[in-house]
Formats: sequence, structure tokens, C-alpha cells
Amino acid sequence: MTDQDVPTAGETEVEEPALIHGAPSSLSRDQLVVHVDREKYIEIITALRDDGYAFCSDVTAIDYLLAIDRPLPVGVRAERFEVVINLLDMQEGKRIRVRAQVPEREPTLPTLFELFPGTEAMEREVYDLFGIVFEGHPDLTRILMPDDWEGHPLRKDYPIGRIPVQFKEAPGPR
Amino acid sequence: MTDLTAETDEGAQELKPRSDTSDSVRALEQGAVLRGVSHDDVDVEVSDDETMIINMGPQHPSTHGVLRLMLELDGETVLRCKPVIGYLHTGMEKQAEDLTFLQGSTNVTRMDYASPLNNELVFSLAVEKLLDIEVPERALWIRMLMSELQRMASHLLFLATNGMDLGAISMMIYGFRDRENVLAFFEKTTGLRMNHNYIRPGGVAADLPDGWREDVLKLCDYLPSKLDEYDELLTGQPIWRERTQGIGVITTEQAIALSATGPILRSTGFPWDLRRAMPYLHYDQVDFDVVVGSYGDTFDRYAIRLNEVRESMRIVRQIVDKMPAGDYRVQDKKVTPPPRARIDESMEALIHHFKIFTEGFKVPEGEVYVAIESPRGELGCYIASDGSARPYRMHIRAPSFVNLQTLPHLMRGGLVADAVAIISSVDPIMGEVDR
Amino acid sequence: MGLEDLQHNFLTGSLEELVKWARRNSVWPATFGLACCALEMMATGAAHYDLSRYGMEIFRASPRQADLMIVAGRVSQKMAPVLRQVYDQMVEPKWVISMGVCASSGGMFNNYAIVQGVDQVVPVDVYTPGCPPGPETLMHSILTLHEMIRTGEITRRRGETGRGAEYHLDHPGPKVAIGTPH
Repeated sequence: MTDQDVPTAGETEVEEPALIHGAPSSLSRDQLVVHVDREKYIEIITALRDDGYAFCSDVTAIDYLLAIDRPLPVGVRAERFEVVINLLDMQEGKRIRVRAQVPEREPTLPTLFELFPGTEAMEREVYDLFGIVFEGHPDLTRILMPDDWEGHPLRKDYPIGRIPVQFKEAPGPR
Repeated sequence: MTDLTAETDEGAQELKPRSDTSDSVRALEQGAVLRGVSHDDVDVEVSDDETMIINMGPQHPSTHGVLRLMLELDGETVLRCKPVIGYLHTGMEKQAEDLTFLQGSTNVTRMDYASPLNNELVFSLAVEKLLDIEVPERALWIRMLMSELQRMASHLLFLATNGMDLGAISMMIYGFRDRENVLAFFEKTTGLRMNHNYIRPGGVAADLPDGWREDVLKLCDYLPSKLDEYDELLTGQPIWRERTQGIGVITTEQAIALSATGPILRSTGFPWDLRRAMPYLHYDQVDFDVVVGSYGDTFDRYAIRLNEVRESMRIVRQIVDKMPAGDYRVQDKKVTPPPRARIDESMEALIHHFKIFTEGFKVPEGEVYVAIESPRGELGCYIASDGSARPYRMHIRAPSFVNLQTLPHLMRGGLVADAVAIISSVDPIMGEVDR
Repeated sequence: MGLEDLQHNFLTGSLEELVKWARRNSVWPATFGLACCALEMMATGAAHYDLSRYGMEIFRASPRQADLMIVAGRVSQKMAPVLRQVYDQMVEPKWVISMGVCASSGGMFNNYAIVQGVDQVVPVDVYTPGCPPGPETLMHSILTLHEMIRTGEITRRRGETGRGAEYHLDHPGPKVAIGTPH
């Protein structure tokens, strides 16, 4: 084993990452993160749930269009979208994060509704704002935007929609 | 009139007649999300012309903001319920990508507008974790103080609106009257009654004012007798009990499956409070009880919040004793602007101030998730940074958004009047639901 | 219908004054609290900053019974048709106060989701700045509106152009004594 630099905050280790249920893991500011691809997604989350992480705190997504070469452990293939699941073990009081890579040309992922019914609204929000389709979701419709809205606002290629505002000179003292 | 209905029609998001609804959607609307839990007690095969679909909101007199509930009723009994949200969607997560980290507090503070300081706290904690800086002790204790006072103000607001929804209209006046005292202290410290932008990454914006101990203790001396009054007015009162006991019952297993947290989960008897289970700030150094209910009904949720005000006062008294001296924000030049007086003296301070407020400070690459216990449940903040001065992605895990999923389950089989009581006991704040 | 159709003479002159006085002193707001400003609006109606002394403490839920719509909070794209629908259901004479910067101009949210100023949807009579405007600022805007009702300025203008009065409240405290028309 060659000498390694002490990993600074935010960097993953250079060597082979530790495996959790067969998926590469890393530490992000002392928070445990498991990286999965679509095929192993349900299997790993089920395994984590059986380990004790029985509460799903949060399901969200990130569009890495403008940061496609973000740091990832060895063996993880970077895709445009990442769906991020935060799980919580209430008995031990610890958290774990799962980052699933979702490709752009086919943005689908199996739903977590069967494992965690509380992800229903959160997955709808991810669908609405990112356009990621969750297969097997009981009611995948828009939730925040109007039903006839076109586009998925939180994608990086969707503009913020700012209107130009002209500032005239400041008013004089009253 | 048909034109107007077409304009406000939300298509697939609405509750459709039974014949038009798929099985999976119907199961959601009936609250039968858990496998093995059947709602066959009320699930009679009624045809569409025997039931009525009514629309509650988004503008309705209950003071819970723009929540639209579509209910299918058989007479007075609620069979199916579908919340339609998004009427307050502000694009805050997208806006956050456009604002610097220092400006981020102004954005998140407007999400849960009944307890804005908690939003700022969770955002600041997440940014500080990314920055890997340590906030001075005094700042942490000030944050705890403000967070607990904010919890008191939010629960007083709950008591006011809950009372009014259930008919105790004087409770509205009492709740707001007491809330004004807390807001007066906030105005003295932060400059604003609401949406303070006070808790920022690095510490707090300004030190506590002189005489704060007297102000806070005066508040803590004034409130207990008022809370006893509300206990007398509401808790023992037969009408209140009839309207809240046994209404909107949920069990621990169902609440955890639906990812509900906060008073909803605690009302089932499960003592889950992030301040106790996964302490942040210095909650492990103060003594307080986690209030739990037993039956998981509306009455328990009301009683929990009432008693949480008492527990918060207990914590506040301890903070008054334990508050250390020191800096109220981290002295790291990269993150904190210089004191205003220095700007006149030093060019370097002026440039430094300018850079922080225009360009913003850069946060190293990475992603974190931090969660705190807000008055409504687990409030989480997930930030991913790409090394620049603006967040690459900021997501707030809003407790009300997730708690709203319990509504179909809670309302099933109840009466329309109970629907108001149930929404009120879930205490959603639409700003954080829709963001 | 209304004052404008009355033939203006000596007898109806004092009747007009009476009607304007009555209208001004019993403006009933419709509940249209959307976001943070709603909490300040409720605080204004509560005991500390009492709106009841102006005859306004009854927030009518039904738009048919309301005179004033205080748009308190940010209006999203999904909410805009609902706002218009509620406004249309109100009966003349009706007035609109846009409370807070989000309702007046979109506020700090200059993005895809928020209507940049509620005057794109309904005609506004008084714009109230603040984020949120404190109860005193809201009361100032309400009293300004009352002045405009009392002098009849507002009903006349609405009759001519159909637009609101669009008065921009520009300082937080009244610098002129109430009773002097602006």
C-alpha cells in the first residue's frame, strides 16, 4: 500500500472504497454515503432497511449537468441525474445517504413506495421538478406546478425565469 | 362560470369520481397505503351518484394557507381525500441556486414562516458543515435561545388557530396576544418580527441586546399562568374533548411508514425528538422532557404542543443561566464580514466586506444533509456545493410536506367537521410545503 | 347601480356623504392570506393592533360578503386564476390592497413561479411595501384606503378607467393627519 494523503474534507479516499452491501460507499463530511446504480437500487435499499434504517427522511434529486465531473468513488459511473435518499435508523440514531445515478436519456428509477409509503409525495415532487419517472409509483402526477405546465423547473437547462427590472436613480431625500 | 372552473382545473392532480380513478390512486386517497391495513369498515361500494366530491380551498377561512383539499363525501362522512398543493410554490430551491450562501438565509426563512429562525438555523448548520468551521459557543447558545423562543411562538400560533378552527374564537385572540410578547423580543434582537435573517452561516447577525435576560425572564414568568388558563379553557372542557378525542387516530407504525415526524409521531407514543435523539447545538446540555401522547389523536397533538411550550420555557430558563460570554460569530475572515466600525478605518476591511456581500464566500465542494427538530417535525437541509459562492443545489426537507401524506389516512371515515380539526392538528405551513 | 348613477343635487349630496361614510367605516376584508404576510394580517386583526376599531375585524370567508381583498403574500402561477376568480365573485364596490412586496411586485422572488405583481391579475388600489409589512404599515395602508373612500376619490376613478387607484404607500408612518385627503 503506498502512502496516502490524509483525505481532506470532501475528497473520497483514493483507494478502493469500502463496500456496503456490495455498493461503493464514501464519507461526505463524516456522513456515510452509498453510491448505487439503477440495477442494484431496490436491492440495496431493502438491505439497508433490513439493517435498521426503517425511516425514509427525504427523497430528492440533483441535476449535475453543469458539474458532471464531480468527485465520485472508483467504480461509480457518473450520470446526469442523481436521486438522493436519506434514511434514518431510529433505534441507533444514525443516518445514511444513498445516491443513485440516473441517466439522462432514460430518466427512470423504480419507486420506493412499496418499501416506504412516505416517499409517495417526495417522488412526485422529484418527478415534477426534474422529470425523473418512478416506475411503479401509484399516482405519478405533478404536485407543485400547475398540471398543464411544460418543462421541469429544477433542471439546470431550465432558466430561472427572471424578468428584467430597470432601476432608476435612487429617489432624493424626503 | 364554466370558464373560471376550466382555468382553475388542475387535471390529474384532482380527485376524480370513483369510476374515473385507478385502484392505486383510490388506495392512496383512502389512506390505505399500508399493506395489510384495510379500511373496509367504510368502504361500501357506493356508486358515484351517491357521493359528492367537494372542494375545500385553496381559499378558505381556516387559517392554514393555500391548501386545497378535495373530499369525497357520503353524506357527512369522508370517504376519500386528496390534498392538492402547489398554490404557494415559489421556486425557492431554484432561487437558492441564484443567491449566495450569505443571502441563502433570506430565502429559506420564508419557507416555514411560522418559525423562520428554525429554517435559517438548519441552512446555516448545513453550510457550516460544508465549510468545516466551528461556531463559537456563545453563538450556539444564542441560536438555541432563539430557536426555543421561536418554538414557543409557533406553538402559540398553533393554539390560536386550532382554537379558532374548533370554535374557541377567543383562543385566537389570546394566542396572538401572547405571541406578540415573543415577537417584541425578536424585534428587539433581530430587528424584525418575522423573517429575521438573523441566524447566518458563521453565527448570528448581531449580539443579544442589553437587558435581554430581564426580557426573557419576564416572558417566562408571564406565560405559565396563561398556559394554565388555556388548559382550563380547553383541555378539560367537554366540547373540546368531544371534538378532539378519538379524531384522526394514527399508530406509530403508520406514522413511521408515512415518514411523519414531530407532534404527529410523538402523539402515537413514540418519543422521537431530534433534540434528544440526535442532539445538535447544545441540546444535550440542557434538561427537558420529550412530550408524548398515548392515543395518536387530535387531542394528543394539541396537548403535546401545549406542553412543549412549557418545556421550551424550561430550556430557555436554563439557557439564561448558562449563556457564555464570547463572540457571536466565527472570526474566520473568509466567512464573516468585518465589524462595521472597521470599514471606516481599514481599506482591507472595506474590500473584504465588499467581497463577502457581492461575490460571497466560496464553500468547498461536497454535499451534506443536516436535520433539526422544528415545531412541525424533522426539518432537513440538503446542500450540494460545487466550490463556488452559490449552492449548486439546495433542498429543504419540509416536515409539513411529508406530514400532509397522513391526511387521507387521518380523515377516512370521519365527518367533515372533523376534517377541519384534523388539518389543524397536523399544523401544515404551506410555505414549506410548496417552497 | 351605486352612487355614480344618482343625479347629483342638493338632496342627494348629503346622501352621498352618508353612504361614503358608511362604506368607509365598515369595510369587511375577505380572507386572502397566502403566505407570511397572512400572519401579520392576522396579528393586525388580533388584540394588540386591533382592526376592530375601524369596523374591520370580521374577515368574511365568502367573497360575496366582502368589500376588500387584502392580497397578503406571494401569488404563484397556480394561484393566479383562483385569485381572479375570488375577485370576480366579490360584489362592487370592492377594493384591493396588495400587501407586501411579493404581492406588489414579485418581491425577492423574481422567477418562473411567482406572478410579478398582483396588478397583473386584479386592479390594485393601495400597494403596501414591506417584507412582511408590520401591522402598523398595514394599518396605514388601510387608513389611506379609507381616506380615499371617504373623499369619494376611489369610486370615481374606478368608474372612469376600471383600474385601481394604485396608490404607492411610500413611508411607514402617517406624515399627514388622517382626515386630509391626499
